[in-house]
Amino acid sequence: MKRLLATIVFLGWATAQSQEIPDSWPGVLEKARGQTVYFNAWAGDENTNAFIAWVGQRVREAHGIELKHVKITLTSEAVARVIAEMAAGRHTGGSVDLIWINGENFLAMKEQKLLFGPFTQRLPNTSLVDTAGKPTTVIDFTVPVDGLESPWRMAQIVYAYDSARLQNPPRSIPAMLDWARRNPGRITHPRIRNFLGSTFLKQALHELADDPKVLLEPATEASFIAVTAPLWRWYEQLKPTMWRKGEQFPETGPAMRQLLADGEIDIMISFNPNEASTAIGKGILPDSVRTFVLEKGTIGNTSFVAIPTNAAHKEGAMAVANFLLSPESQAHAMHPNSMGNFTVLDLNRLTPADRKRFEDLPRGVATLSAAELGRPLLEPHPSWMNRIVDEWERRYAK
Amino acid sequence: MDHLRTVPPRGLLLTRVRIVLNGIELIPETSLAVRPGEVVTIMGPSGSGKSSLLAYLCGTLDRAFQATGEIWVNGIDVTRLPIEERQIGILFQDDLLFPHMTVGENLLFAIPRAVRSRRERRELMRQALAEADLAGYEERDPATLSGGQRARVALMRTLLARPRAVLLDEPFSKLDEDLQTTIRQFVFGHVHAQELPTLLVTHAAEDAQAAGGPVLRVGRPAAGPPVEPFAAARSALSRIRPAAKPRHP
Amino acid sequence: MLRLFPVVTLAVFLAPVAAGMVATALPAFGYLPALGGHQVGGAPWQRLLATPGFWTSVHLTVQSGLLATLLALAIVIGFCSAMHNTRLFRRAQVILSPLLATPHVAVAIGLAFLIAPAGWASRLVSPGLTGWQRPPDLAIVHDAGGLSFVLGLLLKEVPYLMFMTLSALNQIRSGETLVAARSLGYPPAAAWLKTVLPQIYPQIRLPVYAVLAFSMSVVDVAVVLAPTNPPPLSTLVFRMFTDRDLAVVFPACAGACLQLLLVVAMLGVWRAGELGFPMLTRRWLTAGGTHKTGAGLRAMWTAVMATMVALSILGTLSLAVWSFTQTWFYPRALPAAWTLSHWERHAADLAGPGGTTLATGLAAALLAMVLSLGCLQNERVNGLGSAARALWLLYTPLLVPQIAFLFGAQMLLVRMGLDGTWIALIWSHLLFVFPYVFLSLADPWRSFDLRYRNSALALTGSPLRTFLRIELPLMGRPALFALAIGFAVSVGQYLPTIFAGGGRFTTLTVEAVTLSSGSDARVTGIYALVQAGLPLLAYMLAIAYPAWRYRHRKGMG
Repeated sequence: MKRLLATIVFLGWATAQSQEIPDSWPGVLEKARGQTVYFNAWAGDENTNAFIAWVGQRVREAHGIELKHVKITLTSEAVARVIAEMAAGRHTGGSVDLIWINGENFLAMKEQKLLFGPFTQRLPNTSLVDTAGKPTTVIDFTVPVDGLESPWRMAQIVYAYDSARLQNPPRSIPAMLDWARRNPGRITHPRIRNFLGSTFLKQALHELADDPKVLLEPATEASFIAVTAPLWRWYEQLKPTMWRKGEQFPETGPAMRQLLADGEIDIMISFNPNEASTAIGKGILPDSVRTFVLEKGTIGNTSFVAIPTNAAHKEGAMAVANFLLSPESQAHAMHPNSMGNFTVLDLNRLTPADRKRFEDLPRGVATLSAAELGRPLLEPHPSWMNRIVDEWERRYAK
Repeated sequence: MDHLRTVPPRGLLLTRVRIVLNGIELIPETSLAVRPGEVVTIMGPSGSGKSSLLAYLCGTLDRAFQATGEIWVNGIDVTRLPIEERQIGILFQDDLLFPHMTVGENLLFAIPRAVRSRRERRELMRQALAEADLAGYEERDPATLSGGQRARVALMRTLLARPRAVLLDEPFSKLDEDLQTTIRQFVFGHVHAQELPTLLVTHAAEDAQAAGGPVLRVGRPAAGPPVEPFAAARSALSRIRPAAKPRHP
Repeated sequence: MLRLFPVVTLAVFLAPVAAGMVATALPAFGYLPALGGHQVGGAPWQRLLATPGFWTSVHLTVQSGLLATLLALAIVIGFCSAMHNTRLFRRAQVILSPLLATPHVAVAIGLAFLIAPAGWASRLVSPGLTGWQRPPDLAIVHDAGGLSFVLGLLLKEVPYLMFMTLSALNQIRSGETLVAARSLGYPPAAAWLKTVLPQIYPQIRLPVYAVLAFSMSVVDVAVVLAPTNPPPLSTLVFRMFTDRDLAVVFPACAGACLQLLLVVAMLGVWRAGELGFPMLTRRWLTAGGTHKTGAGLRAMWTAVMATMVALSILGTLSLAVWSFTQTWFYPRALPAAWTLSHWERHAADLAGPGGTTLATGLAAALLAMVLSLGCLQNERVNGLGSAARALWLLYTPLLVPQIAFLFGAQMLLVRMGLDGTWIALIWSHLLFVFPYVFLSLADPWRSFDLRYRNSALALTGSPLRTFLRIELPLMGRPALFALAIGFAVSVGQYLPTIFAGGGRFTTLTVEAVTLSSGSDARVTGIYALVQAGLPLLAYMLAIAYPAWRYRHRKGMG
């Protein structure tokens, strides 16, 4: 009996010990070895899925980590799972180790103190991040990152169009409405609960708002009504001219891309400047597809990974986050045949050999240069996005 | 086929019926006439092909069999007609009363649609019940009836459909012995009274005896040497029509 | 020992469902202390009712559920009544088994690939017949009326009800009944409707209820085919459960309860219809025969059934075509360039979900088999009759909407530290696998000639050896078939995998649904095709193995 009790006490101590994250990075890697990391990541894009599979292969080779891509349709699913686990009293050994996150999901988790960290300063590769040139790597949708999430890819809104059917795409939000009126049924956006759906409206709001600076503050009842009034005026007119008369929407971005491929629509929105090139390379889009941005610029942001407080395998998750920031991984991601997104790193901080990886990358046929893309506009505070979604549903979900 | 018109129009007529399965002759070429009110018995052990002959008469013979020959009912060739157009009443081994209908509904079911008036239909149904000694049973569930009662309802149902001929498929074999006699009398009494040409298929000698008509033996017993099918049925043969002239297609 | 089986089965089976329902119902009235829900009241319901498009969702659920069930039943009844004594009818079982084996989601995805405005059907006839150079702007899939959703349900429900009807037909003497009715002057179809249908309907009643409950509460098929803005209630509730705003769990639970209430209410409506129908048709039933063969509707019913089969097959074929597609732009009838690269690239990715699917399916089917055999053997040895009540219990997991208890069950699993474990996953599948395995095994088991058992008992003196050496091998064919059915049912499970699997387990079905909501058609095609292929393989093995094993034993035919 005594020995049993001692064993239990020892086991309890041992578990308590194992909760501690080692101080040194080699110590972290040591503990990470053999862990299985459940990476909850939106799986609606094949290129991203393939990239994550590649990461899994590399971290197995380099660190002995088993990376499991838990494929989810909405990031909020994973957030909800963490919340449910915490609510049920599971403060350790949670089922989500790493989560692809940003914006409103990050804000929700940060506010509810569901994120482990700050941990980013402990990742060796964090020092390579271009925080000055790419401020969105430390301020996510106006919310300070505070070391609770680690960046891994840059994103900026672009529009893709089929140049075989459309020579001069509309380069402003009002021009888009005029064009849609002349070409009914030729534009759409993913459904509003999909981030690209709300992004479509967010980009329009940024251009239509009298003063976009208010968007950096949290939305209030009053400011939301006043600021978004021009947006709804614009959208009321656009909606009936959209694909399926604005009564139906593709579920996701790739579903919308398929509509462009099938010739059902002529213009689509994307958060990946390289998406059209990658799709052309794979025969998914016709090679006549090109990319454009709006004259007044488009919104850009950064994708992050974060670790929930109750994650079972934090060391492994940190090792993966660090690998995502490595020049090898970043250059792989930027290749047009992979995801083709821009890197979060500052190339000047890399060794010449690593820098060469980036300089040697080819540019996709439909990808704009950095100059053509222009400096990205800042994301509004997440509350704007949330309210836009609610308001849209109030107006149009009947 | 005009020569066939010369036969008495009433009655059940089988001309040169022959049934073959996988090259084995189950029923050798047989011709047979059953007069109105007469009961001809076909006897044979199981597997002798008597059920195939019955199925051919009903129009339910499986495609695997090759059957030739014609069936005439009251001067009409029904060989190619579906069962529902043959107007041949069948009484089965089991009464096959429909369990989802009352006794009365089972009988109403059989009365042809030609009888339109509802009152007339009910009247016919009640008459039939009375004849079967079951007056007042119309709302009863058939499952609550005794074996003898069910058998009587089944016959009345067959007769209410106004058949032009009747086939009896071992209808007494599943009844208790003491019941068999009364039901036999009941059935034969009715087909005699209604002047229906009737074919009885059975393996029980008592049935054949009670039927009182000619007996035709078919098939070979399950074991033992083959038996010439007509050997024991000379009396029946006496009425079998001489082979018809070769037919012209 | 044997007597424990029914008890254990019920415990494994119904207790967690009931507990899950309670654990879902409490938050629906505001009680969930873990989330700060202490105040009991109707607030969650108010919030549910205030959800945009709520009433449309409810309407859609009721409408598509009733329509799918009515149409499926009508097609099965119409086909059987018109075709019952034809060769096509006798082969129906063989023709329909592959359709029965294909999971709902694969069928739905295939259908979407086929009939969408830019789908294969449109490509095949364009621009030749239609003049379309671009797909028409028509809402065919995800249409507001939910018709493509209903069609997708029909493609699976018709084969299912057809199978249940065929097995019910074996229980009554349908052949003789029909000859009796026809000899009384009724044409074949009328004879079937008036005499066979009323006798078999009681036996297909529970399957019909299961179809109604399923059609009203399915999520995966709805995601692929149903309207999205707003979606049917089940999808709406499912989305609420996955909302990052945790407070939404309360109205979500209210929605889950409402889902259950709706199903119960519609089952009540259906039952009322069942009771009313015979009264309304009483006169027609005994209207009398005409001694005339009725107008042949055979061509029509053959066409209807052929359309169903063709849609399923062409849908699956379009999955296959897409999976080998390099480039395929509208309106080409076939891909401009073919490739094996998608299969090569995803072969490794398929292994994980494929392995999980295989392992879960086999485990659940085998467990269900052990439980079923135990219960049936108990019934045989201890001479317990199969009460109709037991049948109702068996159908409970098929009648209760999954969403109505899975969240509650998940909470309980989390509490026990079992969520996201193999135990939880396999148990959640077993819930839905067991009824099918038991039902498909029960009839052959009960019609087993007990003399085999008795003589073997006399020879060996051991009930266990008799069971293993004689009873089980003699029942090998139905047992393997039941295993295959159980496996197919497991492969198709979506919500249980999501909830009980805790996101740790990805099956082919989960992948296929995730991908179908908008990934590349080529990859979706691969996953849906493999998902459809596994159960089919199981069916083929179940049929082929006994045939091979007993090829020299004519008596086992």
